[in-house]
Amino acid sequence: MLTVRVEIDDFNQGQEIAALQKKRTDIGAIVTFTGTVRDMTGTLTSLTLEHYPGMTKRELERIGQDAITRWNLLGCTIIHRYGTLKPGENIVLVITTAPHRGDAFKAAEYIMDYLKTSAPFWKKETTKTDSTWVDAKDTDDQAKDRWS
Amino acid sequence: MKILYFAWMRERIGTGEETLTKPETVHTIQDLITYLSTRGEGYAAAFEVHMLIRAAINEEHATLDSPVTDQDEIAFFPPVTGG
Repeated sequence: MLTVRVEIDDFNQGQEIAALQKKRTDIGAIVTFTGTVRDMTGTLTSLTLEHYPGMTKRELERIGQDAITRWNLLGCTIIHRYGTLKPGENIVLVITTAPHRGDAFKAAEYIMDYLKTSAPFWKKETTKTDSTWVDAKDTDDQAKDRWS
Repeated sequence: MKILYFAWMRERIGTGEETLTKPETVHTIQDLITYLSTRGEGYAAAFEVHMLIRAAINEEHATLDSPVTDQDEIAFFPPVTGG
């Protein structure tokens, strides 16, 4: 019911949805969110994601389990990549399944808001001239706080 | 105790992991920050802005007043930016 993976390799949204649907007909709503590497100014060469291997999977499992309990999800998949990625590449996938769309939508947003503020990942942007760590945003904390 | 550093804290300190014996004066995360900050320029730079320091004890988020023991794995890192 809950699948969490933290890996270097890319994921396939279609395959992951199929895995959640396998052998069940009680699902009425499937929501997916995919986060990708964005290059706003045309200068980004790559994005490197560092993480705390021991803690990330555990933290994502806790967030996923909270979402399942809070919205009675039928299934939930969270996949987060690490390593060096190119602009346009996938970073994170969240899929939620539920009988109705409201719960699936809300749960996916909840998972992303918590993931962005508590899962131990750090982004470093590399351009032709330098590399800089991405600063955390206050708006991410505010987005998380609306759920409490 | 095992201490881990991530992202720009790791870069400023110059290592991602070290093991040290807990000094007698250290009882909490705050005490440990105070102690580590005195260990050299890199440490001082890493711990300079208190607002930007997050900590975990044995892979769970911790606060400044969380107690630490010599058997713990402590991690220090900046605010997270995944997703």
